[in-house]
Amino acid sequence: MENRRTPLYDFHIAQGARMVPFAGWDMPVQYPAGIKAEHLACRSGAALFDVSHMAQIEVTGDGADALLERLTPTDLGAIKDGQVRYSLFLNETGGVLDDLMIARFEGALHLVVNAGRAAHDISYLRAHLNGADTRMKVHDKRSLLALQGPGAAAILSDLGLDLDGFVFMDIRHFMLAGVECVITRSGYTGEDGFEISMAASAAETIARLLAARDDVFICGLGARDTLRMEAGLPLWGHELDETINPVMAGLRFALSKRRREAGDFLGAKQILQDWDCGPERTLVGLLPTGGRPVRDGTELMMDGRPVGNVTSGGFAPSLDAPAAIGFVDSHLTEPGTTLIAATRGRETTVHVACLPFVPHRYARGS
Amino acid sequence: MLRYSEDHEWIHLDGDTGTVGISPHAIEQLGDIVFVELPETGATVTKGDAVAVFESVKAASDIYSPASGEITATNEAMLDDLTGITPDRAKESWLFKVKLSDISELDEMMDEKAYATMIS
Repeated sequence: MENRRTPLYDFHIAQGARMVPFAGWDMPVQYPAGIKAEHLACRSGAALFDVSHMAQIEVTGDGADALLERLTPTDLGAIKDGQVRYSLFLNETGGVLDDLMIARFEGALHLVVNAGRAAHDISYLRAHLNGADTRMKVHDKRSLLALQGPGAAAILSDLGLDLDGFVFMDIRHFMLAGVECVITRSGYTGEDGFEISMAASAAETIARLLAARDDVFICGLGARDTLRMEAGLPLWGHELDETINPVMAGLRFALSKRRREAGDFLGAKQILQDWDCGPERTLVGLLPTGGRPVRDGTELMMDGRPVGNVTSGGFAPSLDAPAAIGFVDSHLTEPGTTLIAATRGRETTVHVACLPFVPHRYARGS
Repeated sequence: MLRYSEDHEWIHLDGDTGTVGISPHAIEQLGDIVFVELPETGATVTKGDAVAVFESVKAASDIYSPASGEITATNEAMLDDLTGITPDRAKESWLFKVKLSDISELDEMMDEKAYATMIS
């Protein structure tokens, strides 16, 4: 089957992107500047990403809140119109089927889910629609761009957007270059930033407008991955899957207080037990010594016994050093703890470190 | 004499000693190099052995010896500045020299033209 292409496919090629297959899409992994340069540009200025491969789903109707409450541990009542929350689809044992963003906007719930899980999530939601009072629509004629970095807000202001009172995890309508956009102040880099949804037919106009600026660096999925790893943000299939619960993955914040107290979400029994007693394994940062990266899947050992595994690993450009994240036995989470990573037949000494490696710099407002 | 392997190594033969590196195409495909491991001088290697490693931001790549013999030198200077490993410096970014035990092993390798065809 042919991979899908975003409306920016030709634009990426013209920018010199190296395209790779990703979750059924042809996506830019990097541009000629390379992953390190793209990554550092996002940390210091502003970076543009095409994230149109992620699925945008709208859920409406009187049963919309109830549907999402049935499938996630989120208190939907606490999401006011104009706000976004990070959430999780959980299974009955507390494992994570996917992570997602839920926004309440103009009376509807707007979901953004991972490209690699979109088919699963859409059929999962559809199977749980409870009759005529809930409807869902997959917005496959909309695109999504991310403008991330400490310079992002000034750029959008310069383009005429009034960002007054628009803070981290807010969602609003804006007109950008005559194009109607729905923008959230959110992202996947640990930096302040924006995710801009617009009609697919207008995506190239917005991308060209932003990429033409000297203060915007175009970035691919390679930099997106190194940025999110430094920020300690999980990626489904790596730090999250059906066997990993949100407490293990450091996502206690995604379990709403009201829902915890009621214990009325899927997998609540297992998750609340881990909440109270601590999980067997916990997600930590890992800093390899000797300059050689350790990669996803590497087993972590102590005194010859397996004590964990690497879930994402590579190079952290902001640290100018290799870095990784992974799960370790929960008594080994003290920063500085020395473990052995068995990498392809050779051993690398790694030290446990706090996450995130690079502090989050979200515009949380006052 | 310059020959290429299907794994993108090049070997430049001078007498019975070959200098080995990876092609500009391979360097470009790897992207930013963040770690290199070179073989030990004096080691005996067999054609096809994984003898060196290039690690980029995204992935690790083994480098295979295109010929059997003894490693006589390695390019330690390259390790001082990995950002200098760029497609236009593929020749300067040689990895090791190998004293061949059987020069005829290179017969089945590609010349520059055949390699250019393979990657086009």
